[in-house]
Amino acid sequence: MSTRTGGRLHGLTSTGIVGLVLLGAVILGTVLTAIEGRNFFSTGNLRDILTAMSILGFIAIGQTLVVLGGSLDLSVPFVASLTGVVSGGIMAGDTGNVLPGVLAGLGVAAAVGLVNGFVVSVLKVHGFIASLGTGLMISGYLATNYQGNHGSAPSSFRMIGISFIGPLPVSTLIMLGCAAGAVLLLRRTRLGHHLYAVGGDAEVARLSGIRTTIPLLAAHVLCSVLAGCAGLLLLARLSVGNPNVGSQGQYDLMSIAAVVLGGTLLAGGKGNVTGTIAGVAIFAVMDNVMAVMQVDPFLRNVVRGVVIVAAVAVYARREIDRRPARFERPGVLDSALEEAR
Amino acid sequence: MTRSPAAPDARTGPFASGDEAPVLLRARGLTKSFVGHTVLADVDLDLCAGQVHGLVGENGAGKSTLMKILAGVHAADAGTVELEGDEVTFSHPLQAQHAGISTVFQEFNLLPERSVAQNIWLGREPRRHGLVDVARMHRDTRDLLDQLGVDGLRPQQSVRSLSVAEQQVVEIAKAVSYDARIISMDEPTAALADHEVQLLYRIIEELTGRGVAILYVSHRLKEIFDLCDTITVLKDGRQVASRPAEELDAGELVRLMVGREMTAFFPDPAPGTEVGEPRLELRGAGNGYVDGIDLTLRAGEIVGIAGLQGSGRTELMEAIFGVQPFTRGEMRVDQRATRPGSPRAAVRSGLAMITEDRKATGLALNQSILDNALGPVRAVFPFRTPRARREIPGLLSNLAVAARALDQEVQFLSGGNQQKVVLARWLATEPRVMLMDEPTRGIDVGAKHSIYELMRVLAAEGVAVLMVSSELPEVIGMSDRIVVMRDGRIAGELPAGSSEETVLQLATGALERPGDERIEDPA
Repeated sequence: MSTRTGGRLHGLTSTGIVGLVLLGAVILGTVLTAIEGRNFFSTGNLRDILTAMSILGFIAIGQTLVVLGGSLDLSVPFVASLTGVVSGGIMAGDTGNVLPGVLAGLGVAAAVGLVNGFVVSVLKVHGFIASLGTGLMISGYLATNYQGNHGSAPSSFRMIGISFIGPLPVSTLIMLGCAAGAVLLLRRTRLGHHLYAVGGDAEVARLSGIRTTIPLLAAHVLCSVLAGCAGLLLLARLSVGNPNVGSQGQYDLMSIAAVVLGGTLLAGGKGNVTGTIAGVAIFAVMDNVMAVMQVDPFLRNVVRGVVIVAAVAVYARREIDRRPARFERPGVLDSALEEAR
Repeated sequence: MTRSPAAPDARTGPFASGDEAPVLLRARGLTKSFVGHTVLADVDLDLCAGQVHGLVGENGAGKSTLMKILAGVHAADAGTVELEGDEVTFSHPLQAQHAGISTVFQEFNLLPERSVAQNIWLGREPRRHGLVDVARMHRDTRDLLDQLGVDGLRPQQSVRSLSVAEQQVVEIAKAVSYDARIISMDEPTAALADHEVQLLYRIIEELTGRGVAILYVSHRLKEIFDLCDTITVLKDGRQVASRPAEELDAGELVRLMVGREMTAFFPDPAPGTEVGEPRLELRGAGNGYVDGIDLTLRAGEIVGIAGLQGSGRTELMEAIFGVQPFTRGEMRVDQRATRPGSPRAAVRSGLAMITEDRKATGLALNQSILDNALGPVRAVFPFRTPRARREIPGLLSNLAVAARALDQEVQFLSGGNQQKVVLARWLATEPRVMLMDEPTRGIDVGAKHSIYELMRVLAAEGVAVLMVSSELPEVIGMSDRIVVMRDGRIAGELPAGSSEETVLQLATGALERPGDERIEDPA
């Protein structure tokens, strides 16, 4: 019975499905926007959508790496806020301080990632708990040391948030560049291959001679650094470092939602960054259309929730783990043997 | 470990006849015990280049332990292993692999979500300019598969999409890719259908032609005689014989493997046991794992299912109980047609099943004895719960469960007592057909005996019992009839009191030539 419903979907990869859903969202968005008397494909509207993708995009790329390794990172929103206030404080409105500010901010983020990675891969604490802990610590530190906005970004740094190349926002291009880097990492480096292996089955990885701590550690560091990039972008947009900007954006749960929507297995070992970016785009299109239609903000969350649950339900139907049947599925080898006879 | 493997070109042609074949591996006096229990005592083994060495013995004879010592998974307590004259010790499987000994274990070590190529080269991905050279990885994989004579497998295919036989091929390819000169295979055909075994034969022929030594563990005697040049028989951890295959025949081999008196004690049928109406009938029933099952189980009967690992014993139980429901054929419970699509439906129609793995699927370990015992009744027959709640203390004391109190968590009970709680939880549903998969696995003799007695009592009360067991003496000692399975089908039925030899011969296909009478259904 379950094989029937899957019928046509079965030939598709998860990424294929996400692509289809994105296409559907764009078509639906075009129609709904047209009903409101507006043009979905106007430069302004496309710019809005692409700009909205950038921040969640950075975080979701990092989250994908961590989830593929079988872990989770809930500290990302706090890392973003922390990076913003640290960098903003060092920049203090002076263009000459941009580089030290950026380096310090990303350095702090990397340090948090290193702690997360160490706790997860060496102390064997699940990423959910480990990053929940570091996230709480950072939020406590932020709340006690930064009442309100801190530091300021010089106008040269703010350009990142507001400049465009043609119709494309620079911030989104940087995010897509990071995504391309992550795709390369996963497909074409040993580290990437080993990350899949550790997330898929740590014991199989170990027996194949892989040092299982390293991929996981690297994934956590990269995830935090990417969250730091998101923090820097927020700093550029707001022009001040805000200690609450990350938690207000709900980037922890939204990034996990985007990763899962993108077809990555929450248990690890399967998925890719392309799907995640499509997931982020789906959220951006949905938000845009609902903003155009002036949908009640609480109802927006309902719609988001429905989409996430529906997506995972579709994947779950496809992913039911079964022993390969012996009597029903003619294997490749059977036909080869037939021929040999 | 600094020794480098000898150049692969050093081989000197095929070693068709065995005598002058060089000895690659020489093990002497291997001994291993676990917590005071000796599982391997003073075993010698010689593996020669280009030859297949068969290792046979019953469950628990020490075959797997011997393999694991050679693979570097376990360290031997005593004894030496020489590889081409140099003594070696391995403390990690990787060291054995680098020395040229690869092992294909019974359980697969593959990542289902990754491709064939990614699995084979895991941890050793070829690189160019610091990046993984995907094209070369795929090319090497294709070469490797071509060498083994396998076509139809693509390097990009994900392992999840492969059949068990194809996964087995990937495992072997992985083992070969380490430039292995010795490959051990632990029951490589356990999960394969007969026609798939042919492919494995071809691969093994290919490997021996290249001078690889193969240690082959199997329960299927036909394969042992088809493939092996030399056969070593283990029994209770000791080496009973090590002879050229020509000097042995199936009967002799089975005698060497079994070679013991019936020591276990099985109770006689309880007085007043009568074989009555059919309780469970299967006609041509099948699904993806078992096929063409015809079986009648009558009230008061205990029927044992024997068969090798992977022959479909557990799968049959799961099909009857609706875990992996039958997709064709007929099934009747108490002469009413039914085909339970879920365990819940099965319980409603009067079935109960004791699963193979009580810790994973039989009990909720961190819940109390009472909650565990009431589980199925509460879930399926809520109206009966109060009555069951009153009866359970009596039931548990009848079973002589040794526990402090009903609210004790079952994880603190011994294996035998846990199994009794499993029994209680299904007896509380008042089943008419009791399916028992390995009912006495891992429990002590005393508890075994009380479970045997309980089976007899159930039969006397008119319950039909269907039991699966890997322990042949148990199947023979308890069953009124013995159904032997092979390759997901019923290979034959034997009367009570048949000898272990007959059961083994039927289960291994030594009694008849398998495959000949079986034409694959083109649909």
